[in-house]
Amino acid sequence: MQLVLERRAERSTIAAIASPLIAIALTLITMSVLFAILGKNPIAALGVYFIEPLTDAYSLEEIAVKATPLVLIGVGLSFCYIANVWNIGAEGQFLAGAVTGSWLAVHTNGMGVGHWVLPAMLLLGALGGALYALIPAICKVRFGASEILTSLMLVYVADLGMDYLVRGPWRDPHGLNFPTTAEFDPVATVPTLIDGSRLHAGAIVALLVVMLATVVLGRTIMGFEIRLIGAAPKAARFSGFNADKLVLLTFAISGALAGLAGIIEVAGPVGHLQPGISPGYGFTAIIVAFLGRLNPVGILIAGLFLALTFIGGESAQISMKIPLDLTKVFQGILLFFVLACDSLIVFRIRILNPFWKPVHANA
Amino acid sequence: MLEAIILSVIAASTPLLLAAAGELVVERSGVLNLGVEGMMIMGAACGFAGAYVSGSTLVGAFCGALAGVALSSIFALLTQGLAVNQVATGLALTILGVGLSGLIGAGFVGDRIDPVPQLNLPFLTGIPGIGRIVFGQDAFVYVSIALVIGIWLFLYRTRAGLVLRAVGDNQTSAHALGYPVLRIRVLAIFFGGACAGLAGAFLPLAYTPFFIPGMTAGRGWIALALVVFASWRPGRLVAGAYLFGAVTILQLHAQALGLGIPSQLMSSLPYLATVIVLVLISRARSTAGSAAPASLGMVFVPDR
Repeated sequence: MQLVLERRAERSTIAAIASPLIAIALTLITMSVLFAILGKNPIAALGVYFIEPLTDAYSLEEIAVKATPLVLIGVGLSFCYIANVWNIGAEGQFLAGAVTGSWLAVHTNGMGVGHWVLPAMLLLGALGGALYALIPAICKVRFGASEILTSLMLVYVADLGMDYLVRGPWRDPHGLNFPTTAEFDPVATVPTLIDGSRLHAGAIVALLVVMLATVVLGRTIMGFEIRLIGAAPKAARFSGFNADKLVLLTFAISGALAGLAGIIEVAGPVGHLQPGISPGYGFTAIIVAFLGRLNPVGILIAGLFLALTFIGGESAQISMKIPLDLTKVFQGILLFFVLACDSLIVFRIRILNPFWKPVHANA
Repeated sequence: MLEAIILSVIAASTPLLLAAAGELVVERSGVLNLGVEGMMIMGAACGFAGAYVSGSTLVGAFCGALAGVALSSIFALLTQGLAVNQVATGLALTILGVGLSGLIGAGFVGDRIDPVPQLNLPFLTGIPGIGRIVFGQDAFVYVSIALVIGIWLFLYRTRAGLVLRAVGDNQTSAHALGYPVLRIRVLAIFFGGACAGLAGAFLPLAYTPFFIPGMTAGRGWIALALVVFASWRPGRLVAGAYLFGAVTILQLHAQALGLGIPSQLMSSLPYLATVIVLVLISRARSTAGSAAPASLGMVFVPDR
């Protein structure tokens, strides 16, 4: 007996919709086993992880706050991955955007400047992220260097660069030597949507980006080029599409969105620049992009779901003493199951019986 | 002083060489496993746990290699069994490995073990200048060198090595000739996993005698870059690994001297060097033709 893959005649629509749901179900089963191994009641733990955060207003707001960067970055990454371009350095572009945007906030701090500061910061953040993403993109189109490795190496460089700034030139002189900039002025912070809550206008930006990306990917020539070059690179080349241009473009888009997410995070919920502003948003967003089937609306849902795991993981750590690292394990397992289930959209698994030969010839 | 620097360069290069040697075989079979970082950090956590519990570094090294194989088997199942995209699966492997290693290693943070003993030959180790460098290393260093020689012999001097290269260079032809493409690749992936796990285990067993979460610090990714740097040839891998080890150690020494250069800039040198080297190598390659295995990273579903 042997299991073999067989290419389906056409992509299965049922499998396409069911695949993320099956993946989540399989992940939850695996997690229950893990909880049991850790000596926790699986049902109670799953409740704390996935149900409890949905029952109070504070946690719901926190989910939206955490989902904002995930969705922004994830939508950007989907442009790359659809085009079969592998930007895995979104974490670095997130930090680059946070730094370039903060530059303005730090240098106008306490000078009583007008309301133009915040829009300018967001613009600078997006620009910084895009420029930082263009480094691996240019290395790829100009020299043929693997964008996977270069974009990832630049994550470490961005992390160290930000560390230098907040410990050196940008450190708050009244900050008791803590590695952080001064609190941003009110005009340089993203306004909250409800008084006294942490839910900020960045969530609206994320929703707008989702809508915009849906239109761009589905209804424009640019979106068509991106989809075609990923699905059929040869056909795209024969139609005269410029593959190099698309590498630069998709990297710039994903870098800009990651940078925007970075400055929104710093000017929003955090309020100043400091090390550790990201619990790995740039990497989790890769999972978000795939779980959302590289579709903007799907990414919105996936971003909310993964934000739920961050919140659930934190409360599980507090109430049940479940290690925080379990959230990362959960995210890794989820990505595996998503990828495995996606395979079933294109292939069908057949069980081969050596004693029974199929009558039809498989050409 | 010079002897101390050379000794520390060798120590910094060994994990890179071990992990890159395994990945080289994997890539030569046509598979791109980006999960090296995840397998390494799992090797570090399980290697330390094994050594701490058993009191033997040999058991620790074995546990580390085993952890690497265990993780790589998930990769093999997905990419070879289910024809899933190798880049995405490799990333998932790294994310999972980082999380799992934190979970396993959490109970061991702050614990110490006795590091791997170093070779001590009665007369030879005492030779001034080269004695410690050639005859006073730990087992990992000798294993890493033996591994590279073994891989070279295997790839270029055995029939099995020729078949493995054929599978990596033209999967369709190899399949048509009757070679079991998927089985060969699965074995190569396991080998790569064992090497990455061993490389990770080196860190807490020989480099620092304790475990810190995230202690691989991107070495798995640098190992991947090294394979490109070496143009998929074992001999050049040694040169590359020692070059990177030297960059790492020299920036540490420069930091200690306090030249007024920000320490963060110095710390980022190994990563920047990786980018620069990749660019230079790829540029040289674009005129001389690619040395990469032709089927690298391609999905293979055998027809029948």
